[in-house]
Amino acid sequence: MIVNSLGRELPEKIGDYVVRPYQGAYATPAPESPVATKRTMGHRIPGDTKLLPDLKAAIQASGLKDGMTISFHHAFREGDLLIGQVLTAIRALGIKGLKFAPSAVVNIKNPSIAEFVLDGTIDRIEASGIRGELGDAALAGKVKNPVILRTHGARPRAIEAGELTIDVAFIAASAADDYGNCTGLVGPNACGSLGYAFVDAHNAGCVVVVTDNLVDYPCCPVSISQQYVDYVVKVDQIGDPEKIGKGAARLTKNPRDLMIAERTADLIAASRRFKEGFSFQTGAGAIAIATTKYLADRMRERGVKASFALGGIPAAIIDMYDEGLVRVVECSQSFDAVAARAIFDRPGVVEIDNADYANAYSKGGFLNREDFGVLGALEVDTDFNVNILTGSSGEMMGGLGGGPDVAGGAAISIVTIPIIRGRTPSIVKRVFTLCTPGETVAAVVTEAGIALNPRHKIYAELKEDLEKTSLKLVTIEELQQLCEKLTGVPKPIKTTDRVACIVEYRDGTVIDVIREIKK
Amino acid sequence: MENNHLMRTSLYAGGTSPVKMIQAGFYNEDCLVYDLEDSVSAGEKDAARFLVYNAVKYQRPAGKYILIRVNGIYSRELDEDLEAAVRAQPDAIRIPKVEYAEEVQRIDEKVTAIEKKAGLPLGGVKFWCNIESYLGVLNAQQIATSSPRVVAMALGAEDFTASMSAQRTKPGWEIFYARNAILMACRAAGISAQDAVFSDINDPDGLQKDLEMTRTLGFDGKTCVHPRQIDAVNACFTPSPKEIRNAQRVLEALEEAARNHTGVCVLDGGMVDKPMEIRAKTTLAKAVAAGIKVGGEQR
Repeated sequence: MIVNSLGRELPEKIGDYVVRPYQGAYATPAPESPVATKRTMGHRIPGDTKLLPDLKAAIQASGLKDGMTISFHHAFREGDLLIGQVLTAIRALGIKGLKFAPSAVVNIKNPSIAEFVLDGTIDRIEASGIRGELGDAALAGKVKNPVILRTHGARPRAIEAGELTIDVAFIAASAADDYGNCTGLVGPNACGSLGYAFVDAHNAGCVVVVTDNLVDYPCCPVSISQQYVDYVVKVDQIGDPEKIGKGAARLTKNPRDLMIAERTADLIAASRRFKEGFSFQTGAGAIAIATTKYLADRMRERGVKASFALGGIPAAIIDMYDEGLVRVVECSQSFDAVAARAIFDRPGVVEIDNADYANAYSKGGFLNREDFGVLGALEVDTDFNVNILTGSSGEMMGGLGGGPDVAGGAAISIVTIPIIRGRTPSIVKRVFTLCTPGETVAAVVTEAGIALNPRHKIYAELKEDLEKTSLKLVTIEELQQLCEKLTGVPKPIKTTDRVACIVEYRDGTVIDVIREIKK
Repeated sequence: MENNHLMRTSLYAGGTSPVKMIQAGFYNEDCLVYDLEDSVSAGEKDAARFLVYNAVKYQRPAGKYILIRVNGIYSRELDEDLEAAVRAQPDAIRIPKVEYAEEVQRIDEKVTAIEKKAGLPLGGVKFWCNIESYLGVLNAQQIATSSPRVVAMALGAEDFTASMSAQRTKPGWEIFYARNAILMACRAAGISAQDAVFSDINDPDGLQKDLEMTRTLGFDGKTCVHPRQIDAVNACFTPSPKEIRNAQRVLEALEEAARNHTGVCVLDGGMVDKPMEIRAKTTLAKAVAAGIKVGGEQR
């Protein structure tokens, strides 16, 4: 066993995986080696066609064989209809033992990914999270190899470091021409930004664009260019854009969530960094959307405009752009139809490569210039470490997403969290799964007050700014004790020694592992 | 209970939901009312009583004025409610549908007996009387002075209008007399006057209009039906800069008099008495609760 700098005990090796323990949020330098890629040169001559009749033909043409790696983007989130079709076609071709490496959590139901794991089509998974039936299967020891979980920023780093090599990337596009120029911005099932697919298109050994809307050449607008694309396939439907947000963009009426959101906006407005040209990221979800609305109010009241808003973009941010409150919207993902459409018809709403948003191991990205990042969480501990993966019984609940990246990049990272959910405490002595290191979390905003992290780099500045307000400041220990008083101490979750998931930090080191739950 | 505890807002938390009861402690209401009456179905009265007792006794939120609303005066649950409520030691018991002073006196006797039996300070638990019928309004003055435990009266507009065969409307003219009658009874007795709820939680503009009436008439506080109403109601009772300055001057004059060992304190030619001091302290407490720093700086 080895112990990383956050005190998590880790095996030295997990199967073939050699563990590099986490040493600190900014401790790992970039390797000096060139960027790795599986992309090959091509040579298409006039008259060649890339359009194939169906997915089976494309899979065969791609050269996909047992044990290779396939990837997908998650722009359709819960509405994805491509992954199931591709896996079904792969299974019909008898290809086995694949590594499944989507850009995030994909929780498709019909068919479930778990089916393809149990029948051996997939035997390795590298994603940002797993949940539902697949998550249960992994924690019950039904997935043969440990799942590697990476943040949005860590995935392009792993690809460019050669740690994740993609043999075939299947890219769902809501409009494409027969030569592979494609986009998610237009078409009957537009999903918006294809930000998570760029790194796959640029680095996979073979790129298959799948569309349900084949347009005349050349496709315009274009997100992914023909020069990266090997084959094009038309199917009936690639996804249901109605299910992208699935409530994520709805304005909550929950008074507790509204209170947390308003306090978060007040915290931002109280900071000296809340000034003309500031930048922010609020994300999606009940508290996040409400925070966005309250932040817009504060900006109007103070006459402050933002230079950019970043990341996953809901309609609420587009409203701010339309009102002139935000100069540029840097959109790695569109959370709803309004946001998806906005890239097409608003010049300042821009589709960006996820690596440009979140990869810490590039020559610089947006996060390093972000003033405020607002994050959700399942648990926070008294060292400000954050769990965004596992629930109160140890079950897989979510994905890493860009949370650890935002915390590591933004000047002021704010975790918004109710102190209890149902009967479960959210502020604990030690998070079950450590995803975001406490040193990168500036503040935790709850209904019971705001806790500032004394170990964060801008603690003194933020404390000085907030002490000028009437916002209620508490210590994280006070929040934890309040939780404990209200809920008691839950029984510890018992695990076996077998590692079900490896949680990588954005630098590729292991910040924690998730062990199989003992029944 | 402190003399000048703020009573701008009171929020009900249903006695059957531990989650809502816990959550209610985190909102900005001044007074939290754990409910055993209307929000609890007949089959859950015992469970609610047990939960509320434990919530108040062991999980009492800091900084709140705590009330327990018991079941009706003639209900079969009342005695058990009082037994649990008094032993839980809230600041006050909220008595629903009070119509006669004698009803309050009978409850006072029961509460006193429980306090004696439990070895608790006599008279420690106060009463808020909900006035919810024309009889209650007509007898408001007697009810207000029926017991030294009575520290506030509140209008229950929905039941009042039903008793009057009146229609409940947003402009509220049907409760105008009742509001004034209760206010005058409270003023005469020197107790807090609490306005009726504004029921439509999805009408913030309607709430604002209703609050204009609340403040203009002179109420000290208002019951909220939903946490979303709390900030608006608190804001309604936020004192103006002029009121804050006057309050500061009253307290400064009292300090000056104390320094000079003067028995009598005079400000602008008038004598500063105890009620003026309490009002000044209440005004400043409201200002602080609204996020106003002394001197008028606002967040």
